[in-house]
Amino acid sequence: MTDPAVEQAITRVHHEEWARVVAGLARRFGDLDVAEEAAAEAFAVAVERWPRDGIPPNPGGWLTTTATRRAIDRLRRESLRDAKYQAALMVHDDTPAEPTGPVQDDRLRLVFTCCHPALSMEARVALTLRLLGGLTVAEIARAFFVHETAMARRITRAKGKIAAAHIPYRVPSAEDLRQRVTGVLAVVYLVFNEGYLAGEGDDAVRVDLSDEAIRLGRLLHDLLPDDGEVAGLLALMLLTDARRAARVSSTGELVTLDEQDRGAWDRDLLAEGRALVEERLRVVAAGGERPGRYQLLAAINLVHTDAPTARDTDWSRIVALYDAMARLDPSPVVRLNRAVAVAELDGPLVGLAEVDRLGDALEGYHAFHVARAELLRRLGRSGESRTAYDRAIELTGNPGERAHLTRRRDQLVG
Amino acid sequence: MARYLLSVFGPAEPTEFGSYPSREEMLEAFADTGAFNDRLEREGRLVFADGLEPATTATTVDGRGERPAFTDGPYLETKEHLGGFWVIEAPDLDVALALAAEASKACRGTVEVRPFQTPASVQALMEP
Repeated sequence: MTDPAVEQAITRVHHEEWARVVAGLARRFGDLDVAEEAAAEAFAVAVERWPRDGIPPNPGGWLTTTATRRAIDRLRRESLRDAKYQAALMVHDDTPAEPTGPVQDDRLRLVFTCCHPALSMEARVALTLRLLGGLTVAEIARAFFVHETAMARRITRAKGKIAAAHIPYRVPSAEDLRQRVTGVLAVVYLVFNEGYLAGEGDDAVRVDLSDEAIRLGRLLHDLLPDDGEVAGLLALMLLTDARRAARVSSTGELVTLDEQDRGAWDRDLLAEGRALVEERLRVVAAGGERPGRYQLLAAINLVHTDAPTARDTDWSRIVALYDAMARLDPSPVVRLNRAVAVAELDGPLVGLAEVDRLGDALEGYHAFHVARAELLRRLGRSGESRTAYDRAIELTGNPGERAHLTRRRDQLVG
Repeated sequence: MARYLLSVFGPAEPTEFGSYPSREEMLEAFADTGAFNDRLEREGRLVFADGLEPATTATTVDGRGERPAFTDGPYLETKEHLGGFWVIEAPDLDVALALAAEASKACRGTVEVRPFQTPASVQALMEP
């Protein structure tokens, strides 16, 4: 029997140290494969020994030392190592950071290598969860409903491309940093949404992707504390995740924001998210960089979570924030969200007119039909509302949302 | 230093101005590509670069049989074919991608970047 306290400690150390161990080894040996395998072996040794010998005073140092020995052993053992090893060596740059540049943490190199724009989005997500998040290939495969062998192949191919195409193990130069950080945040947000919205399936052993994404978000915020969008994404995820318990009813039905039990929201997560948004607002007010997409989304979420009841929501502030969003990204989805907020401020008829203008672009998007259905319902146009619910139900893959929409449709009178 | 192939693709049936809509645009693209090539050479990155005659001028050869077989036309039947390429040297993929972006702008075409094998990667292939 394992002592649960030791088990918990091992889990915690795994969360805290995995990325650091992999990143340090990757730099030392210039090989992601060797780094990944040696780190996994070191953790396996820890799981075996720590319950018996106790947790070492410096678990991270112990793991790095153990993993380094394993990596050296492996390289020695492999008689073919020279050629294979040389072929797999990554390009890395040892020049010290400029004083104003990002901190030189090996984990930051690992972030940018895993999320390199020359890799497919799927590969970036898988590599990030494996090498930074420490999830096993089996866990990642289950999380994305992919066969384990297929997921293993995806990760192997990505590591193969990193080596063969000489994708550097390096923090991008200052001029490329903004864009590259945006790419990293897209990976983390995709992981978060995959966990949060869970487009399909229902798997009790599925690892919690939202928790993983928040962990990655915290890591990025530690590594790039001055980046507004990094802070914005972390705040957005915290403010969204705080509502998790209130978001699904006991029967598994999705509960919309206006119907949620606000007492069930997680106060700690809300407070943490609010502090991040407020810090960004101070920076922007002091003449700092204008807020990007994630900061605006976080600010919108904060307006929602700050309202004691749905009726107290400051809709004019939300419309103003969506206006700022639309200036950055005039996409139909942003305009749809703005139209929904406009409907709360100026009435359903005004909102519906704005929503209907987006029909050509959003016909295949379920949220467009949900918005129409709800506005038509408020206008008493039940027949048209029913048709819109039908189309939305047809287009949504999430069972909780389908249950919610079906109930709303069946409550229509007339 | 690693070596990369930068390939540019163009229509299988070019017009009288190659893959360009007009003579002016063709000349502009040639001038920009020439300037880009000069820069590559100055920076010591250029190994080789050239443009190809249209794919309709290609001959496909299969020498594996007793007698070589010759077929008129390119190996792959596609709408777009290799129209030209650069072989460059760069320290890593980030540099190669940045150069490819400039190459693409200069020649007005999409560019594919592919690493060459290295002595070490070939050695690794040959080992059991």
